[in-house]
Amino acid sequence: MNVVLEWLACVLVVLGGLACLLGSLGLVRFPDVFTRLHGPGKVTTLGVGCIALATVAWFSASEGAPAVQALLILVFVGMTTPVSVHLVARAALHRGLPGRRPPGEER
Amino acid sequence: MIATAAGIAMLLIGLAMALSCWRLLRGPDVVDRVIALDTLYANACALLLALGLRDATALHFEAALVIAMLGFLSTAAFAKFLLRGDIIE
Repeated sequence: MNVVLEWLACVLVVLGGLACLLGSLGLVRFPDVFTRLHGPGKVTTLGVGCIALATVAWFSASEGAPAVQALLILVFVGMTTPVSVHLVARAALHRGLPGRRPPGEER
Repeated sequence: MIATAAGIAMLLIGLAMALSCWRLLRGPDVVDRVIALDTLYANACALLLALGLRDATALHFEAALVIAMLGFLSTAAFAKFLLRGDIIE
């Protein structure tokens, strides 16, 4: 059981790092503000969540009892990121920044 | 084993922070800079958690939690300022 949890923690922490890198890559590569919000909003949240889960798994394995403090971070980030992304998107709309529309819906 | 994995993750998160800094410095509009700052906060939170895994200490939980809270509050304040030109009306 402990070995399984330790391997799970190792895989999750590397996956979380990869997800953080992909989120920032999206932030750099996407063409306008509204698409750029997707990288940090979704993928970076996935990365932080994976690393928090890895922390839970590792400390549960090493202490022999469930260690759930890091779940607080997961819950907090999962609750607040959609709100902050929504606020920033509204600010971008308010400033009239250019975005791309779906094909067939051109103004 | 976990030290190696957490080291790899910290390297990847460091690269992610460098990319976010590039967008923070470059970003054509101030909204891009706010998004980059929010990403930097999230990455710093993940970096602290990975550091706690590498050193096998539980001391970094609270710091990561505080960074997550500050990130949300500062992003909300920036968005409010951009929307209204004022934070407390």
